[in-house]
Amino acid sequence: MRRRPNYLAGAGSLVWLFLIGLPLYVMLSATLKSQSEFAQDGPLALPDGFTLDNFTGAFDTGFGRYFLNTLLVTVCVVGIVLLLVPPLSYAIVRSRGPVTTGVFRLFLLGLAIPLQAVIVPMFYLISEAGLYDNLVGVILPTAAFCLPVSALILSGTMRDISRELFEAMAMDGASPRRVFFQLVLPLSRGGLSTIVVFSALQAWNGFLFPLVLTQSDSTKVVTLGLYNFKTERGIDAPGLLAAVVLSMIPVLLVYLFARRALVQGLMGVGGK
Amino acid sequence: MTRVRPAAPPERRRRRARTRTANVADVGRPGFLWAAPATLFFAAFALVPLIMVVVLSFMSWDGIGDPEFAGLDNWRRVLDDPVMIKSIWLSLLLTGLGVAIQTPLSILLGVWAAGNQKNRAVLSAIYFLPLLLSATAVAVVWGALLDPNFGVPAEAAWLFGDGNLYGEQATAIGVLAFVSTWQFTPFHTLIYQGAARAIPPVLYQAAEVDGAGRYRQFFHITLPQLRNAMITSMILMVVGGLTTFETVLILTQGGPGTDTTISAYYMYERAFRSFDYGAGAAIALVLVLAATLISLIMVRLSGYDKMRSTTEGL
Repeated sequence: MRRRPNYLAGAGSLVWLFLIGLPLYVMLSATLKSQSEFAQDGPLALPDGFTLDNFTGAFDTGFGRYFLNTLLVTVCVVGIVLLLVPPLSYAIVRSRGPVTTGVFRLFLLGLAIPLQAVIVPMFYLISEAGLYDNLVGVILPTAAFCLPVSALILSGTMRDISRELFEAMAMDGASPRRVFFQLVLPLSRGGLSTIVVFSALQAWNGFLFPLVLTQSDSTKVVTLGLYNFKTERGIDAPGLLAAVVLSMIPVLLVYLFARRALVQGLMGVGGK
Repeated sequence: MTRVRPAAPPERRRRRARTRTANVADVGRPGFLWAAPATLFFAAFALVPLIMVVVLSFMSWDGIGDPEFAGLDNWRRVLDDPVMIKSIWLSLLLTGLGVAIQTPLSILLGVWAAGNQKNRAVLSAIYFLPLLLSATAVAVVWGALLDPNFGVPAEAAWLFGDGNLYGEQATAIGVLAFVSTWQFTPFHTLIYQGAARAIPPVLYQAAEVDGAGRYRQFFHITLPQLRNAMITSMILMVVGGLTTFETVLILTQGGPGTDTTISAYYMYERAFRSFDYGAGAAIALVLVLAATLISLIMVRLSGYDKMRSTTEGL
């Protein structure tokens, strides 16, 4: 049964394509323009020539440093999540007893805590701990707020491992540690890559914690660099947009090569 | 411990095995200690602050020195503050606008993208590009695009008047609602796309046999089937809407005047710009309570907690 094409939906989708495409076009074309060209010809004009000055300019204004900081934060956050969440999910799925049920409830509750809710006491705690303006002070809370969603995703994956496999290993007298390393981890690869991408995105795109918990240029992350660029030299739109493009390149690469994991990571629990 | 009498007939053996499951299956089960590191870490960096926000809302603290007990002082000031009252209404307005605009849009796009035509797959790959940008980047890009002096409004005076969209409350709110829509619709589209793909095709085949057209199918099959996705998506929209922050900070700074100062932004201003952390904590608590309350009401009203299945009777 062949259906006739839905023209109305087609037209609507083209309008949306225009709305999505316009800013992306402005962003990409602006990075090839000089500041005066952008101001004179307007944001919609095609670029006259080709220049990479905006990108090199972004590095001159310190974005190289910001990128290294963001990379460090991202790697550490992912590391903490990978260290803590698999054993946690393993316990949630396989352990019996009221304590683990309580733990699971706790993390479900944690899903509902917005960052804004805790930012004031977080500032107090981090300052008291002497971690203000220190990337460690950004890494720890960012990682903590990745835990509930990651735990839920990974528990979902681990629940799908068939009971017979666990029972077979139990028959062999395998210790929990052996079950974990030889059965659970190898069979949760899908969930693991999702939580890696999810927490990496949270860390890479994080803004509120760095905004409130750091101050100096040496601890600045990329998102904060963009915000500062905008407030201090917002008039240099091409330079600013070049920095934005640079900031999305790593995510774009993941999008191209690991689209499934990225989409699932983006969705977090929303997709569950 | 794991003795199973081999001579027992299969039926009885299975029953025996079941009564012994506790024993057999407890071998190799992890203890709760496996969950301890993550739980402690989470408690330290999320639960302790959550409890402390309650405590701090009764303290006065300016960022230097130690917090001092202030009783109900912060709460009195916050609840008497006209800017705060206004910010609650603005938060609700922006959240409401977000839900009202994004829900129909993302349902249509999601259902459209759920089709498996080739061109749809290509277009949806482009549609989801905004997801790759951080909230900061989205706000920065639109800030450059809508700049009163160098942006699009300056070029299209016939559409934007004097070009300063941030000069009036109505247009400033319009900008915020529009940018949020641009940023979050792809995410909700993904939710609806997934849900629409999960609708059993047999329903459409039956409707086709009965002679129902495309639009009747949409209203009588697709929409009711998307019910659970709708609730999930709307709750996320409400929580996301109430906690919108970067967009306001970067695009309007709460202005003109306090005309776009929503509560999440006002909390930041009170705490980190006026160094009135006690008041900031109180506003944060109001925000959490509001978000939780609205989500609970939505869950109750929709009967989502009863988890009615949309495939009942199939």
